[in-house]
Formats: sequence, structure tokens, C-alpha cells
Amino acid sequence: MDFSLNEEERLIRDTARELAEKEFAPRSAEVDETSKFPADNVKKLAELGFMGMNVEEKWGGAGLSSLAYALAMEEISAACASTGVIMSVNNSLVCDPLERYGNDFQKETFLAPLARGEKLGAYCLTEPEAGSDAQNLRTSAVREGDHYVVNGTKNFITNGQVADTYLVYCKTDPEAGHRGISTLIIDAKSKGLERGNKENTMGIRGSSTCSLFFTNVRVPVENRLGEEGSGFKVALSTLDGGRIGIASQALGIGRAALEAATKYAQERKTFGKPIADLQAIQWMLADSVTELDAARLLTHRAAVIKDTGKRYSSEASMAKLAASRASVLIADRAVQIHGGYGYIREYPVERYYRDAKITELYEGTSEIQRLVIARSLLRP
Amino acid sequence: MDFDLTEEQRLLKRTVREYADSEIAPQVARYEDASEFPRPVVMALWKDLGLGGMYCPEEYGGIDLDPVSYAIVVEELGRVWPSLCIIVSVHNSVGVQLIAEHGSPEQKTKYLPRLNTDWVAAFSLSEAGAGSDVGAMRATAVRDGDHYVLNGEKNWVTNGQNADLTVIFVKTDSQAGNRGITAFLVEKGTPGLTVGRPERKMGIKASEAVVLSLSDCRVPAASRLGKEGQGFKIAMAELDGGRIGVGAQAVGIAEAALERSIRYARERQAFGRTIGEFQAIQWMLADMATRVEAARHLVYRAAWLRRAGKPYTREASMAKLYASEAATFVSHRAIQIHGGYGYTVDYKVEQYYRDARVTEIYEGTSEIQRLVIARKWLAEHGYGA
Repeated sequence: MDFSLNEEERLIRDTARELAEKEFAPRSAEVDETSKFPADNVKKLAELGFMGMNVEEKWGGAGLSSLAYALAMEEISAACASTGVIMSVNNSLVCDPLERYGNDFQKETFLAPLARGEKLGAYCLTEPEAGSDAQNLRTSAVREGDHYVVNGTKNFITNGQVADTYLVYCKTDPEAGHRGISTLIIDAKSKGLERGNKENTMGIRGSSTCSLFFTNVRVPVENRLGEEGSGFKVALSTLDGGRIGIASQALGIGRAALEAATKYAQERKTFGKPIADLQAIQWMLADSVTELDAARLLTHRAAVIKDTGKRYSSEASMAKLAASRASVLIADRAVQIHGGYGYIREYPVERYYRDAKITELYEGTSEIQRLVIARSLLRP
Repeated sequence: MDFDLTEEQRLLKRTVREYADSEIAPQVARYEDASEFPRPVVMALWKDLGLGGMYCPEEYGGIDLDPVSYAIVVEELGRVWPSLCIIVSVHNSVGVQLIAEHGSPEQKTKYLPRLNTDWVAAFSLSEAGAGSDVGAMRATAVRDGDHYVLNGEKNWVTNGQNADLTVIFVKTDSQAGNRGITAFLVEKGTPGLTVGRPERKMGIKASEAVVLSLSDCRVPAASRLGKEGQGFKIAMAELDGGRIGVGAQAVGIAEAALERSIRYARERQAFGRTIGEFQAIQWMLADMATRVEAARHLVYRAAWLRRAGKPYTREASMAKLYASEAATFVSHRAIQIHGGYGYTVDYKVEQYYRDARVTEIYEGTSEIQRLVIARKWLAEHGYGA
């Protein structure tokens, strides 16, 4: 047992923190206000190798551990949650499955530019009628010679408007249920692919989320990731890793909210003394500190287990469930501690409050996490 | 980072679990029903597994466990019998350990070997008017030649009636507040030491909490633990460790309630299927398991920090706060999953529910833990410097 970080992990965390505090934090309110995709931030992440952190170096990645990734995600998200999710999707949801299931041609052609951050990826599973119930997706891919012809609609696609490469889950056999799903790598410039308007979201407003419309999009068969029919497995195993990313994002938002509340509690005076002296405020801080740390331990544990190659679905779900809940509660308390000032945009906590909420929804709602955990507990 | 137990720790965990399941579990109901201190069970634990000397150096016959291993043992005992768990935990952490760390060579030679084999230790700090606010204590010790004369009344003394040796904290200087507190080792049967009737409690019934009356109780000066005025420091240093112990106990209770709930959810049928197939039950189980896991790692982390010689006051308080609240939450849900059967004593979860409750109270209430966490946290962020 060892709860300390090694030299490399500390270095990654500190590097991420420095970048985030210096470059991202000063602009995060503006990113939120203008809903502008923070392209400059993504470029800086790419320079540090943070867009393909876990990918082997020979495929353009940084070859770092999942724990290092979790640490960096927390730091980046503490400064700018929008940047955090852009990074999380590219790392966890696109690079990770490409590396695990891709052949050398696909790694060379698609993974390497994504891992180097020259290109940006998006993960396209959700549809208007298939969210948590992913196996009911309807986008179809029909084989025609050495191509698939893709038709359908995907929505809530993070990085949707700006991505160069999409991982698209399609039905290649509509009769086979979840065994009829396959994964296709689709270039954003493909003919017949159209992007919808950016969703007007409550939080993470810098992240570009939109629908994608596929009309007779022709995709070479060599762009199929893994076997035909293996898509559901690819999708679910990918989400396990994604949950570590989102748990870390939630930790970052929660930590930022807690730090803002800690600072405000010391400055703000009522009845002749700082509100930090009041037990009502101390109680909120103590609960926030404790819940955040508990969630962080769960998250780091899931990351460490992932790297051992053992099964970690339940651990990742626990981490995501606990971290997202902690984040929402901590942001809520941070607003409460700020009183009326917490409700206005001059202070960042109302943004943390809005940003935190998404972590209970995407990459599996809290309800889906509970389902995953319970199934694992009840498995005979 | 490495969240795994070492090979040695896994072996220890397995050994204690097997022993607890086969030797201890069958005896729980009898002692709990009678609210009786399980002296034979405790003595067997000392004899069979050496658990009377978990924090005792090997040269005095102890097994000298590291704090993580200690937490593992306490958790396993808590899982099977919370009362026994606290008896053992108090004996080791605020009995044996205090003597091992602060005792004179004579005190160690005299007491440690006995505490490893056939004695039980107790710890006496609280008074009716001085719980969390230790400095408000009123019991006194006045020097008289080569003796001290102790007077006053202490309460909530765990193991108090059965203890062969009790570490008692009293004031040697009533004007000096916390700095006027001194610790003494008082043997059972010392004239002037009267043990009151055990409190009748909601849970942990086989563990006794008694009132100790000191009436001109003469104790040799050689029985003073540490120096005059050091008592507060001695007591407080061990409170952090004690919190890891109660945190581990709470994890054990929560784990037991969770295990029983999973088993019941797999077996019990309703509307033609097992209740585990209903989301209402799945939700509860998922939340329970998540909290148990988080609590366990908070406890291990605090213990690991202690072992590494790093500061761990805030982490111990977080572990204790979170684990105790997890234990009450999980045991509450366990009853709910069991429905009416959970309310009967046969299914044991009602015992865990009652037993869990005390973990939010002793070794510093949840309110004290929050105070410690908030103060430390604020200080780490430059407040009050």
C-alpha cells in the first residue's frame, strides 16, 4: 500500500497545474460567457502531450499512466471545465479505443495525429432515441463492396463541431441487437456528413456539443475498428476509462469551488469576524473537504487498477458516481457560502455550480453507474 | 500509488476473518443478549492470535503491527462483532500503546507482558461535564510524599469494569487548564477506586461503559505515566490513532451490513423475481458499496500516513467522520432492504444499525471531527496564521 505519488506523477500534476493556472484560469469566465471553443487551450495541451497522455510514444502519445492522466484532468478542469471535457473525450473516448482495438494502419493514420493533438476526435454513441440505452441505436451502416454506407443521426456529440475524426457506432446488423453494432472511424470531411447547431448548454459552455447527420456517408471498410459486431463491447469498455476522466473532471470542478469558498470564508466578515469562524461555514467546508478526498481516492484507485489490466468497471463507476455527486454538493455549498455574491457572475462559483451538474449526466448518468455497481455486487 | 494490501496484510486479514467467522461469530448473540463482557473470548484472542499486543514491541511479547495492519484487524473484528472490536481497540490503542510509547522502563516491564497475555486495559478521560471539552475535567491528583491521591468521578470508561489496568487522566494543577492534566496507571482493586454499574446502551451491549469513582485513591508516584502536565498531550496524540480505529470499526460494521444485504437481495423473492432485480434495491446497494469503499480507503490512507510518520490529524478525522456516517447510512439501508425481517433480531442487521450509531459519537463526535477538519483545512490555507 502506498498513497504517495511518484516523481513523474508529481511532475505531471505540477506541470498541468502551472499551465492551467497561468493560461486557462484567467480566460475560463470568458470561455463560459462567449461559449467559444477554447482552441488555444487545446493547442497548449497538445504541446505538452496531454491530448494523448496514455497512448504509447510510438503512436504519438506521452506513454503516461492512467493515474497521471487523472491528475492532469483534475488540474485542467479546476481551471476550465470546458477544456477538461475536450481533453477527456480525445484521450479516453477516442485515443484509448483506437489504441486498444486498432490495427497498425489505423493507429498510424488516425490515432497518431489525434494523440499528438494535431487533430481532434469525438465519440459518437448517443442518438435522440438511444442514450443510456445505447444498444437501441439506429444509425445504420450497410456494406457495399469495400465501403459501408452510413445513415442516421447522432446527438450530444462533445467536440462535435470541431472534431476531425469521429468514432461512430452503427448497426451493421439491425437484427442482432447489441451484437449488431460496429465501430467506424469517419473523417469529418466525408460527403453527406452534416453538423447541427451547437447545443445551448447550462454549463461547460466552451465545449462544442452538437448533433451529426449522416446521409449516405461512404466509409472504407478499412476504417472499421475491430470486428463487425464488436462495437458494443468497444463502446462500453471505452466508457469505463471515460468515467475515470469525468470523475477527475468532477474533482477539479469541486476543488475549484471548495478553494473559492475557503478563500471567501476568510475574507468575508459578519458580526465582526470572518465567516470562517462560524461553525455553520466550517461544517460545510469540512464536509466538502472530506467528500472530495473520498471521491479522489476512489478515482485514483480506479485509475491504478485500470493500469494493472484487471477489470475495473465497478470501480470506475463508483469513482464517477461519488466524484460527480461530491462536485455538485461542493459547488452548491460554495454558492451558499458566498451568499448573494455566489449568484452573480463576478464570482466563479455560479459557473462551477453549472459546470458540475454535467458530470452527473454524461458518460453514463448516476443511475447507469448505480446499475453497473449493483450488477457487479449481485453477480453470483 | 498502490491500493493493494501486502502479502503479509492479506494473510493477516484472512487469518483474522477465518478465526472471527468460526470461533467468534457463534458467541456474539449470547453475550449481546446478556449485555455481558466477553472475557473468555477476549482472552482467547490474546492467546490464539496475539491481538492483546498489536501495538506492543516484540521485546515485551507483542506482535507490533503497523497501523495499516492494525486497521485491517479492527475492521475484521468490527465486521463480526462491533462490541468485541471496541474492547480490543481500546485495549490496544489507548491502553497498551500509551504505555509502550510513554511508559517508563519499569512500567513497560511490569505491565506490557501481562497486557499481552491475560490483562485488559481501559482508558479514562471523559467526565460527566467534560467530554469533547477535555480541559473542563475536575478530577484531581494531589501529591503526597511518594504517592498521589486521586479524587473525582470519570465516566464512559470502556472496559472499565473488567480492566486490570486503567489509564486515568486527572488534574494535578487545576489552574493550568489543559496543561494541568496528568495520566496515571491505576490497577484494579486499588483502594479508593470504585467501579459503577455499566451504562445500559442502545448498542455495543457487550462492551461496558462505566463510571469510575475516585475517593482518596492512593497511587504510587511511579505509576504516573509521563510527566506532570503531559496528560493532555498524551491523550490527544492517541486520539488521532483512536479515530483510525473507530473508522476501521465503522468500515467493518458497514461491510457486514452490506454483505448481508447483498445476500438477502439475491435470495428474497417478490413479484416473481429476486428483489435484487429491482432498481430500488440496486440503487441502495450501489450507494452502500460506494460509501464502504470510499470509507475503507480513507481509513487506510490515514493509517498509511501515520505509518509513514507524516501528519495525519485531518485525515484521521476525515476517515472517522466519513466511515461512521457511512456505517449508519449503510446499516439503515440494510434494514430497509430486509424489510420487516430487518427489524427482527434474527437477521442481525438491527444490531449493526444500533452498533453503528455509537461510531458517530465516541472518540470525538462527528461535530468534533468537522471542527478539526475545518480548522486544519483553513490553517493549511493560511487562516489564523
